Amino acid sequence: MEALLPIIFVAIMGLALLLYVILDGYDLGVGLLLPLASDKEKDVMIASIGPFWDANETWIVLGVGVLLIAFPAAHGIILTSLYVPATVMLLGLILRGVAFDFRVKAGSHRKAMWNQLFFVGSLLASTAQGWMLGSYITGLEHTQLNMVFSILIALCLPALYCVLGASWLMIKTEDELFLKAAVWAKKSLSPMAVGLLLVSIATPLVSQVIADRWFQLPQFIGLLPIPIASVIALSLLYVLLSRTPEQLLMTNPWMIFMCPVIICVMAALGLAYSIFPDIIIGQLTIWEAAAHTSSLKFTFVGVVIALPCIFVYTIFVYRVFSGKASELTYD
Amino acid sequence: MELDPFLLARIQFALNISFHILFPTITIGLAYFLLFFRIRYTQTGDDHWDYIYAFWVKVFALTFALGVVTGIVMSFQFGTNWPGFMEQAGNIAGPLLGYEVLTAFFLEASFLGIMLFGRRRVSNRVHLLATSMVALGTSLSAFWILSLNSWMQTPAGYTFENGVLIAENWLAVIFNPSFGYRLAHMFVACLITAVFLVAGVSAWRLLKGVGGPGTRSVLKVAILCAAVLTPTQVFIGDLHGLNTLEHQPAKVAAMEGIWDTQSGAALTLFGIPDEEQRTTHYALKVPKMASLILTHDLDGEVKGLNDFVGEHPPVAPVFFAFRVMVGMGLLMILVSWLSSIKLLRGRELETTGLRVLVGMTFAGWVAVLAGWYVTEIGRQPWVVNGLIRTADVVADHEPQVLIASLTAYVLIYAFLLVSYISTLFYMSSKPALSLKGTPVHEYDLQSGGRI
Repeated sequence: MEALLPIIFVAIMGLALLLYVILDGYDLGVGLLLPLASDKEKDVMIASIGPFWDANETWIVLGVGVLLIAFPAAHGIILTSLYVPATVMLLGLILRGVAFDFRVKAGSHRKAMWNQLFFVGSLLASTAQGWMLGSYITGLEHTQLNMVFSILIALCLPALYCVLGASWLMIKTEDELFLKAAVWAKKSLSPMAVGLLLVSIATPLVSQVIADRWFQLPQFIGLLPIPIASVIALSLLYVLLSRTPEQLLMTNPWMIFMCPVIICVMAALGLAYSIFPDIIIGQLTIWEAAAHTSSLKFTFVGVVIALPCIFVYTIFVYRVFSGKASELTYD
Repeated sequence: MELDPFLLARIQFALNISFHILFPTITIGLAYFLLFFRIRYTQTGDDHWDYIYAFWVKVFALTFALGVVTGIVMSFQFGTNWPGFMEQAGNIAGPLLGYEVLTAFFLEASFLGIMLFGRRRVSNRVHLLATSMVALGTSLSAFWILSLNSWMQTPAGYTFENGVLIAENWLAVIFNPSFGYRLAHMFVACLITAVFLVAGVSAWRLLKGVGGPGTRSVLKVAILCAAVLTPTQVFIGDLHGLNTLEHQPAKVAAMEGIWDTQSGAALTLFGIPDEEQRTTHYALKVPKMASLILTHDLDGEVKGLNDFVGEHPPVAPVFFAFRVMVGMGLLMILVSWLSSIKLLRGRELETTGLRVLVGMTFAGWVAVLAGWYVTEIGRQPWVVNGLIRTADVVADHEPQVLIASLTAYVLIYAFLLVSYISTLFYMSSKPALSLKGTPVHEYDLQSGGRI
């Protein structure tokens, strides 16, 4: 049990962060796409994420929370080392989060400003998250090469969010905005693909251990499904988005949305395989960083009870707000 | 000037948590008002309750959003600014925060969506349930975070292993000696803050003539609640103070400005504490009162600060903050009682009375912040009382980095506070609309809209 609990908690943390990237990813993506839309469309776009964003954002609190609960030593090192991007991300999340309410409540003369701040907040948060991811993969060592790598990820992660956001909009909107979203998704595809490729190339380059883990037989063959599934999902996404407007309107938008979701899941699996059992690459394993067993056991009880409940009412909320968002009014 | 990173880290943390706490304080209390409005609407079917709910749920949503985003900052700040705290006390602090996320954050965030947007998508019963879940979530959140804070004030149920704290008995950790008092004191503080906000904004709406139906009734409910809650808070505060005297006598000595241990200690109403000369200048004293209040005995012994040299908090901020809190509390009692007497005699509040209430809209904030400064500065120099010193757990960031982040936070918070208050009054100046979006009839407005 003592050796197993850290594995369980690192899995929960990974799941929470993966869910965050997918769920708040589409929220942030919608925020990033906001300046491209007309004022009326902006309202629909924000209505499409309005009932969900708050709970979506909570997954990062759980992810960071589990890091803190289960791996307190790593929590301190990682967050102190990522102080600047974490602060930028938090400022971004603040602006984005409050803009939801202020843009409709502060009066029409202020609405344009809050729409802009909504975009700025989403941009700050998503680039800072890319920067944090880049620093984390490169072992939190602030060399010049690592900085360049982190900046590249900081530019590519928002593209992934744009794809997620645009395909979410295709689920939630109709007609003109739906078709616009398809165009936005397609335009974001190549920067996203470049980002994925960069991470895939850089991780083995950065760490010999990771390179050995991937490029050895028979592991290499066993791992092939991960890149293959990613490539298939990416190609399928490209094919679907290249359809004519008439065909697109007939396409099930959930199929489109699932493509970037599969890419996120595959990226997470690949990353998890590369890093495990380290919590800070090359410095600290999950067992070295783990909290005391008494703390892990106590928290585990809460997780076993609460997490299924969270899933149940999250699904309930998504069912209540299923369908197109156009009619969702709220002031 | 050489800036101390420790001081900067403390200022930044104080700024973040002070700004954060403003909003949950309102939502925790307001959630129960919304629930009350919903229940009344369900019981009576009277549209007036619908109008009231439709207005206040917007205020709730705005306040809640500010609470959420500033709360996320808190969850990161433990690691970014106080990594040593998590390394040494993480085995206890971590799970308590974890339970807050698992039981409260998801609950309130998920059901908030239904509460705000789901009125026409779910049945009245489900909507009522969603409103209750949000209220429950906000209170659960307070439960866990106050448990952790109380444990830092009065640690219990722990043991040391390899130099770090671990829990020996979780029930003793959660229900540590000061938890019950602190939870009650804070929960009532949240209700009072919400009550004065509701009263102040309703008064503003009446003055502007946009109240719509029911505003006078809501104002009356708020004032009567305030008249009951404020003296209740004095009683709870007294119990909490006695508990503090038992566990943190140095904090109480700083609150009262008592330097030497003495029997029959006088109560200092006001004065200027001087830590270097270890005396209080210009002290205005009431003989034996401090002993009476603290020990409930005219000749009871009260420990003085000189018994804790080097181990007691900075005196002046604790001393002054305590007086601000108590003074604000007395003012709230006065206003709520005078207004209640008038209302109970069957008279309406006139312009002056309404203006006073508008002025008191954020009275709760002042008292809550002052109270938290008393208890948090009063815990210094410890982060976990008697076990871990604050200075030992701070992160070693460059002062420049801290100054930059601190400046960014100050700017954004100032901007948000101005936006929040101005938006609140802007919203309150608009005529009432029901949830269905229909405006209130002219007739109702002129009649003052009695329910």
